[in-house]
Amino acid sequence: MKYWSVFVVFVMVLSSCSTDDSKGSVSYEAMPTPLPLNIPPVFQENVLGPIIPNNNPQTVEGVALGKKLFFDTILSGDETQSCATCHSPQHAFSDVTPTSAGIDGDFGTRNTMPLFNLAWNYGERFNWDGSDLSIERQAITPVENPIEMHSNWEGVIAKLKDHPEYPELFKKAFGELPISKTLTTKAIAQFERTLISGNSKFDNYLMGEVDLSPQEQNGLNVFMDEARGDCFHCHGSPSNPLWTDNMFHNNGLDAVFTDLGLGTVTGDPSDNGKFKSPSLRNLAYTAPYMHDGRFETLDEVINHYSEGLQNSSTIDPLMKKVSQGGVQLSAQDKADLKAFLLSLSDPSFINNPDFIN
Amino acid sequence: MKKIYPLILLVMLSLSSCAEDLDDNLKAAVTTQFNFTHNWNGLPVTAADFNTVKFANENSDSLSIERLRYVISDLTFTREHGEQLIIEGHHLIDVSEDIGLVYSPELEIPTGLYTNVSFTFGLNNEYNAQNHLDLNSVSFNVPEMLGGGYHYMQMDGKFIAASGEEVGYNYHSIRAVDNPGSNPTFPQDTFFTVDLGAINLENNATFEVKMDISEWYKNPNLWDLNELHTVLMPNSEAQILMRENGQSVFSLGTVTQ
Ligand code: HEC
Ligand code: HEC
Repeated sequence: MKYWSVFVVFVMVLSSCSTDDSKGSVSYEAMPTPLPLNIPPVFQENVLGPIIPNNNPQTVEGVALGKKLFFDTILSGDETQSCATCHSPQHAFSDVTPTSAGIDGDFGTRNTMPLFNLAWNYGERFNWDGSDLSIERQAITPVENPIEMHSNWEGVIAKLKDHPEYPELFKKAFGELPISKTLTTKAIAQFERTLISGNSKFDNYLMGEVDLSPQEQNGLNVFMDEARGDCFHCHGSPSNPLWTDNMFHNNGLDAVFTDLGLGTVTGDPSDNGKFKSPSLRNLAYTAPYMHDGRFETLDEVINHYSEGLQNSSTIDPLMKKVSQGGVQLSAQDKADLKAFLLSLSDPSFINNPDFIN
Repeated sequence: MKKIYPLILLVMLSLSSCAEDLDDNLKAAVTTQFNFTHNWNGLPVTAADFNTVKFANENSDSLSIERLRYVISDLTFTREHGEQLIIEGHHLIDVSEDIGLVYSPELEIPTGLYTNVSFTFGLNNEYNAQNHLDLNSVSFNVPEMLGGGYHYMQMDGKFIAASGEEVGYNYHSIRAVDNPGSNPTFPQDTFFTVDLGAINLENNATFEVKMDISEWYKNPNLWDLNELHTVLMPNSEAQILMRENGQSVFSLGTVTQ
């Protein structure tokens, strides 16, 4: 039989070269130096590349500026709060309280989200309800939000322009363009994209460098077993080491919703009570859990899935035996599941000097 | 140290050398496009119809669809003497998210008469065993203890159970597997070929590929969701039933060229 075949081969070639070659040439206008993201090998091998907008390439100068801004209280109305006040590096850039207080002491209604691997949010729907459509645009909101930094962008830009250091730092990062809200949020987004976590015990296991304990191994099996945890349909797997599907679901927290989540954004009642599936990386540092921080511990989270499910019309069909509250995991399976979940935490992420002020 | 990650896209067209007898017929090449449409017993279904219990299957169970995504692969154009032009690779259709409803293969197809246009529902075993970054990224994987690889289809929703309560169902089609664990076994293949039929390709062509979702529950196996609604991935018998019912699910709609 004659046979025609067409092979479409996508080859990702990773090459590296040194910047040394540019040193010889004389350049009068300082150009920002490109700074490619440091992509962990487990991501390189398993998932699509990060999303970096063409109009905001990563640069050394942009990231440095973004980092300074992220940790600077200048962005808030009374200069008492920075992004890091709520997004604290020791807690994988989340907060230890269920909800966070803004500068006026008013608490919001949602748990501060941890910040890592944001460039792998392929749908670019940020926040618990997907309300902000890029990292750049997301950075606009907290500054203006009356229950967060309660400032206004004109005021912030004026302060940055009058500042002894910022004008020079903006010039290094963006050339002669005037300091603006757009450039400020671009710089912050560049820094946020560098917050990459891919060096947990489980990552090292995937790279063949360490073994899992029998407990962690059984926990993984519970996670992957459709009849027990069935967590993998929403929270990733060894083949999707982002540990999230970046989608929105109702995981059965409430029978009646006080926060409509995705439904607020889309206006579609069938989206009520749906929230972003969070990544399960770094859970060791990000308690409390869920969009409103209702669970203090991972045991409470696991008990929720095992026997605490609340029925509602939008509950995800992947939630099983809802009328009995869940699949009733054994005590052993619960303990092992927890051990496995903790193997996804990455101490090198919270101790990375590049991420700490 | 500056790292550069160029993405090199190599498209290698390897046409067999023994095709001289065809060359005369193959002067022009045209583009093809496949539009995937969905219906329930003939009534059109889009994402707008999801999330409400508005369908009734052959077993008279009322149900909703909340998520429907599936993968097809190896789109194949077959000529008279059996020569085949295969576009290797896969394409994911996510009806719930309105993604992939149109598939436009890069490759242009020579004009002429084809006795069949076909594709694989799901992924053949060899291809299924490879690592596909795009499918990993949308969490379409099958657990390693079930042999790994990918879902062929994920259809989730709710049905009104015999007890009267609304219950979730997970109609997930994968490669049938027994003995889950470190040495799973595979009783029978569950991917299958969908034949769309003959076409005389003269111009750029658009094919409508129709999925009648109700057929998954109908023919030849009457599907009772009360008995088979979840944990179907490790259930090889259910997988084989799905494969059998899948045979009548797809058909060719309008072709324009
Ligand atoms: C008062 C506490 C607080 C401050 C200050 C704050 N955030 Fe947040 N951040 C939150 C909360 C709460 C959420 C979740 C918001 C929601 O879902 O509505 C969030 C969400 C985010 C997200 C979305 C993450 C994701 O995965 O979708 C990003 C990015 C972010 N914040 C960045 C910032 C930046 C940059 C700043 C400084 C300009 C900042 N935040 C200041 C509390 C805060
Ligand atoms: C249907 C999809 C789905 C499934 C299946 C699922 N989850 Fe979740 N998970 C979510 C969503 C959505 C949230 C956020 C819900 C919210 O806050 O309203 C969440 C939140 C969590 C959190 C809190 C994380 C944080 O940072 O606050 C943990 C931990 C968690 N899930 C673990 C699991 C485990 C373990 C399983 C399996 C037993 C599981 N999930 C199954 C969708 C799912």
